[in-house]
Amino acid sequence: MLEGLLVGLQTAFSIQNLLMVIGGCLIGTFIGMLPGLGPMSIIAIMIPIAISMGDPSAALILLAGVYYGAIFGGSTSSILLNAPGVAGTVASSFDGYPMARQGKAGKALTVAAIASFAGGTIGALLLMIFAPALSSVALLFHSAEYFALMVVGLSAIAAFAGTGQVAKALVMTLLGLIMATVGEGALFNLPRFTMGIMDLQSGFGFITLAMAMFALPEALFLVLKPKDLQGDDGKIKELRITGQEAKAIAPVIGRQSLQGFFIGVLPGAGATIASFLGYAVERNIAPKKEQDEFGKGSVKGLAAPETANNAACTGSFVPLLTLGIPGSGTTAILLGALIALNVTPGPRLMVDDPQIFWAVIMSMFIGNLVLLVLNLPLIPYIAKILTVPRNYLIPFILFFTLMGAYIGQNNATELLILVGFGICATALKFADYPLAPLLIGFILGAMMENNFARSMQLYDGVSFIWERPMTLGLLAIAVILVVLPSYRARRAKARQDGVADGD
Amino acid sequence: MALDRWLALVILGICLAYGYAAWFTMDGSLAPFMKRNPIWPSTFPKVLSVLGIIAALVILLGLEKAEPKEADIDYRRLGEYNLGQALLLLALMVAYALCLRPLGFLISTSALLILGSFILGERKWHIMLPVAVIAAVSVWYLVQVVLGIYMRPLPGILGG
Repeated sequence: MLEGLLVGLQTAFSIQNLLMVIGGCLIGTFIGMLPGLGPMSIIAIMIPIAISMGDPSAALILLAGVYYGAIFGGSTSSILLNAPGVAGTVASSFDGYPMARQGKAGKALTVAAIASFAGGTIGALLLMIFAPALSSVALLFHSAEYFALMVVGLSAIAAFAGTGQVAKALVMTLLGLIMATVGEGALFNLPRFTMGIMDLQSGFGFITLAMAMFALPEALFLVLKPKDLQGDDGKIKELRITGQEAKAIAPVIGRQSLQGFFIGVLPGAGATIASFLGYAVERNIAPKKEQDEFGKGSVKGLAAPETANNAACTGSFVPLLTLGIPGSGTTAILLGALIALNVTPGPRLMVDDPQIFWAVIMSMFIGNLVLLVLNLPLIPYIAKILTVPRNYLIPFILFFTLMGAYIGQNNATELLILVGFGICATALKFADYPLAPLLIGFILGAMMENNFARSMQLYDGVSFIWERPMTLGLLAIAVILVVLPSYRARRAKARQDGVADGD
Repeated sequence: MALDRWLALVILGICLAYGYAAWFTMDGSLAPFMKRNPIWPSTFPKVLSVLGIIAALVILLGLEKAEPKEADIDYRRLGEYNLGQALLLLALMVAYALCLRPLGFLISTSALLILGSFILGERKWHIMLPVAVIAAVSVWYLVQVVLGIYMRPLPGILGG
């Protein structure tokens, strides 16, 4: 391993490759900030450039830099404008945006930068140590377990909506799942629920829905009830995190780097699930007092998804490099690029082309460091976006919302769908329905149905639920997660009533 | 009845329509060989529709007690907020969607940004106009030239 490390260091520290990392991170960050262009599309755009370089290590290093940069840049628009452009950063807006609203935009971005850095670095360390061993673990996970894992994720999300809200969160999750079934499914190739409308053939767009659920209602609320975007004194205060907060988020970062990495290793799970599960887990294990803070600007709630999604990005390289199985859309595009460069990822990669494997790992460390160094000094300027006068900021938010939905599909009907859903989402927000579960259900819906269908076909029925202990265990956890909060609330209420009667 | 229960009623309606489509209209047109499959395209929607109906009924019947919370905006007094501005902005977005193709990106976007600020009460034309035009041109340049995603810049009759 030491030999490999040195080979990797030698390759990664060549001037050309260092420039590739820096360039990739910069490009990724800036384009990632535009809502509507996620890591997948940015990498796809960069592929011709990467292939024309001809050097597989350099190409992979560049693309990995772009990937990290895009995930980091995506969290910026989630935090500042509540407009997540990437599925993996949706969870960052839960606490990041409230923090920005309280005037702590600088601090939120700092926490995000540090958490991303730590998640990515620890992930790369784990990748270095465990990559060969992990590839066999990833293969143990079956589509039945993926299905169960997603059920756990969804019920965790519904459960943490809070007391008295579980039913609403469940309804929203189910609506999200229902919306995910519109269009052609991967397994059936039959258009479903399109009502004969051609534009619905490929289903609703994720970005359209994300913009309609988060950015648009938020912008409308700002119009309806003008208030200062940056808190009381109009200044960006509290740029640095305090020692106390650093102490609070340190264990979160530690746990989520591990958890995120291992979720990322599972093909198909990836950064999105890692960030949602990370948020849910941290919320559930936090002490009662801090639990109420979640969703209102908790530092922990921001650090958890940010760490997890970066660690998961790193983790997703494990199946790609060791098995040649891409775990997500992004790594699938990377795989395509590698094959075009005449490198076949798989078990032989570490034997045949060790310099590529290790150079990528080394460039992950460098890339994370570059991101941190580039971003920390830039944070005060990025946070200044919020000081733009309201009369200009709101039209621009609306414009970027529309742009995000338009660029991906190049279809103006998408914009009408966006406005329509935006109005529905605003009405739901008035009635205090949580909107995040709908989006999460929508994102996970297609994956969930595919895995469910696959396991049904393998077992010729639903018997996989009781024949696979791991599936059964995960599903049991999911049921407990939904039932427990309402049971606890009922008992607490009963006790309260009892005390009142006794007096 | 409070707004959240009205919405639950609407959602219940959606789930019923969805359930009807899944249970009664989808299986008939299935190819015979697909009927041997343990899972049909309608299986997952069937499960979802039942769960959705149950969950919507729970809210509609008020089975789960929630503590009333102080909402950010009270919808019962919607008229006291800047409702007109919000509706105008929504109309503007619809107009943008309809004009984007025929008028081209540059004109529609500049118009959106200028009218948006105008609706919100901005009257400083000497700032509004350059800001909007520069933003429209630079975003178009970034997307079309740098990233290579085609967007029609000018109206069709001008050959854009």
